[in-house]
Amino acid sequence: MLRETTRRFLEDRADSMVVRDLMEKPDGYDSELWKAGAELGWHGLAIPEEYGGIGFGFTELSIVVEELGRALFPGPFLSTVVMAANAILIAGSEQQKQEFLPDIAAGERIMTMALFDGPHGADPSDVAMRATATKEGWVLDGLKRYVAYGNVADTLIVAARTESGVSLFLVPGDAAGLRVSIVPTLDATRRETDVSFDQVVAQGLLGREGSAGPVIERILLLANVALAVEQVGGAQWCLETAVEYAKTRFQFGRAIGSFQAIKHKCADMLVAVEHGKSAAHWAARNADDEAETRIASPMAKAVCSDAYVGAAGETIQILGGTGFTWEHDVHLYLKRAKSTSLMFGGVRHQRRLLAKALGF
Amino acid sequence: MADEGALVDERIEKLLSGFGPDTDPKEFWGRQYDLGLAWVHFKEGFGGLGVKPKYQSVVQDRLEAAGAPVGNRELNLLGIGMGAGVLSAHGTEEQQRRWLRPMFTTDEIWCQLFSEPGAGSDLAGLSTKAYRDGDEWIVNGEKIWTTLAHVAKWGMLPVRTDPDAPKHRGITYFIVDMKAEGVDVRPLYQITGEAEFNEVFFGDVRIPDDQRIDAVGAGWRVAMTTLMNERVAIGGKILPRESGAIGIAVETWQEYGLDDPVLRDELARLWAETEAMRLTTIRAAEMRKVGVPGPEGSTGKLAWADLNKAITAFTLDMMGWDGTLFPGGYQKVRPTSIGDPKARQKQFLRARANSIEGGTSEILRNILGERVLGLPGEPRVDKDIPWKDVRRG
Repeated sequence: MLRETTRRFLEDRADSMVVRDLMEKPDGYDSELWKAGAELGWHGLAIPEEYGGIGFGFTELSIVVEELGRALFPGPFLSTVVMAANAILIAGSEQQKQEFLPDIAAGERIMTMALFDGPHGADPSDVAMRATATKEGWVLDGLKRYVAYGNVADTLIVAARTESGVSLFLVPGDAAGLRVSIVPTLDATRRETDVSFDQVVAQGLLGREGSAGPVIERILLLANVALAVEQVGGAQWCLETAVEYAKTRFQFGRAIGSFQAIKHKCADMLVAVEHGKSAAHWAARNADDEAETRIASPMAKAVCSDAYVGAAGETIQILGGTGFTWEHDVHLYLKRAKSTSLMFGGVRHQRRLLAKALGF
Repeated sequence: MADEGALVDERIEKLLSGFGPDTDPKEFWGRQYDLGLAWVHFKEGFGGLGVKPKYQSVVQDRLEAAGAPVGNRELNLLGIGMGAGVLSAHGTEEQQRRWLRPMFTTDEIWCQLFSEPGAGSDLAGLSTKAYRDGDEWIVNGEKIWTTLAHVAKWGMLPVRTDPDAPKHRGITYFIVDMKAEGVDVRPLYQITGEAEFNEVFFGDVRIPDDQRIDAVGAGWRVAMTTLMNERVAIGGKILPRESGAIGIAVETWQEYGLDDPVLRDELARLWAETEAMRLTTIRAAEMRKVGVPGPEGSTGKLAWADLNKAITAFTLDMMGWDGTLFPGGYQKVRPTSIGDPKARQKQFLRARANSIEGGTSEILRNILGERVLGLPGEPRVDKDIPWKDVRRG
């Protein structure tokens, strides 16, 4: 039911023409569609009722994420609803929960997490930026990279080091000394920004000083579950597109799907996508189980990254020249696939995490 | 044999004696052609000396070592790499005299008008039609994926002249003036945002009969010669060890100061496979020096396509989050030469076409299975029936 209404909404209101249009716009999202999504309940699905949400869990949220991935829907959903909302739920004070969560659920607040300073950031130990205590409060200096939708974020959650370790800081999007620049991305449907901090005074800490390591770790695991689910949505679109084309494209007097070379390619894609679906759905259903998530998240991210990159690549191959054109949508999926596989730790990092969780 | 080598040496000396830092490249290429050093195995007076083709690599090596211009092959890859071979094998002396020299000097760029929206891998299924009108042919139809059509003067154009014949027999091959009336070239934007290719529309384009290559209905044979040359031109290039995509991968490993055993293992695996492929192209080139291009070109192109895709994807993996960026953004431009893109993300995207262009990897595997290994062919439903009755789409 949730899946059908979400898909129908995206097909009606956010088809590939809309996606391509948003891709070219500097904000990289549409505030009306953002609000409309919130009205459908997407944003508050996994936020408890006492904070203005619907009170379901990650499983329901993941259904929306999968459909967003299928439609390549551009917007700060992952950064706001999956990451920031969960960071606040896990580490925030009662007052912070009251302040931020209802706004997120209502689609009135965009948030993002600025975690890493360098290209290989994938866990809390990769946080390098420093925060200094002053009379006015915590002051941040440095550069955060790969910040999703920093250009439209009302509030940023910034990871930085203090004497006692890694901490998370809340920073208003319009804070003095904060400069956001949009960087061109491989996947143009997803905005990434560089955010520089020049003596930026934080609004406050999220959680206790020096105790953010486990919070970041948990958020990264959840982000990767969400990405895996999103990858399944995209990979499924690729599979359907390839199969449809193989049935209707004729060469040598035959539908190309009647050639074993193509048929086997499609069958292999089906197997990979089905395995991805199983892994991602399992991880989403067990997202509340911290121990299982340590296994299920990297497992799902690794399996789904390979399935999606593979499906997008093979779909281009099956479509032949058509698949290589800007006009056909499949290139957008390849770009999303490769890009998501590299976010929050690539496939090899995920396998490393999995091996660690399994005691190898 | 010794005489041939001495003759080539003498001509090279002569060419280089007139070469200085101020030499205009086009003039140099003109002299190179006149001295028979363009395609040494061609006839004298037609850019060649009638010697064994292996001497061409001697010429190239000596010119490169002397710092002389050799960029014409890249600027006019489809002409010099493919068109020349077609003219030499199937053209009349008059046609060779008219086209070879300006092709070699890059005064006239060439393109290849093979793929159609309805006939990609199935080249013989092409639908662009021509009918005869006195001393001219009138062409109507549409071609696609035409590299450099927007800068080309001449195009290699197989068209259907007999729809009632089985598909391989009703094709005739022409050289078309790309500036002729009725030729409409439109950019075709690709995955990288650039328009390296074009769509070309023919609306009642007139081609004089003396621009027909070989006999009416013999176009398939000519097209095959073109493709043999294409696979060599694309896949047969011998590069130094650790160059191309694997060179960039190694640079990336160093640039990022990586020290990860898993990445190291993968890089070494790809390095070894690339080197084995490179050594195969050297072996294939040795074979070619004693004869015409054979199926070795197909193994090179197939292996290169798969490896190039794997290496460019892995290079982004080594870059981590940087792999998610696209420096410069997607620009809608129309390149005027065939060159490698610079950004590693763009190389990753461009590589997707390697297993499609110039024969898909699926088709090449069939060729290897059938023509090299002698395995039975795929059952064919389209071979002996008139082209007009074959199902298309």
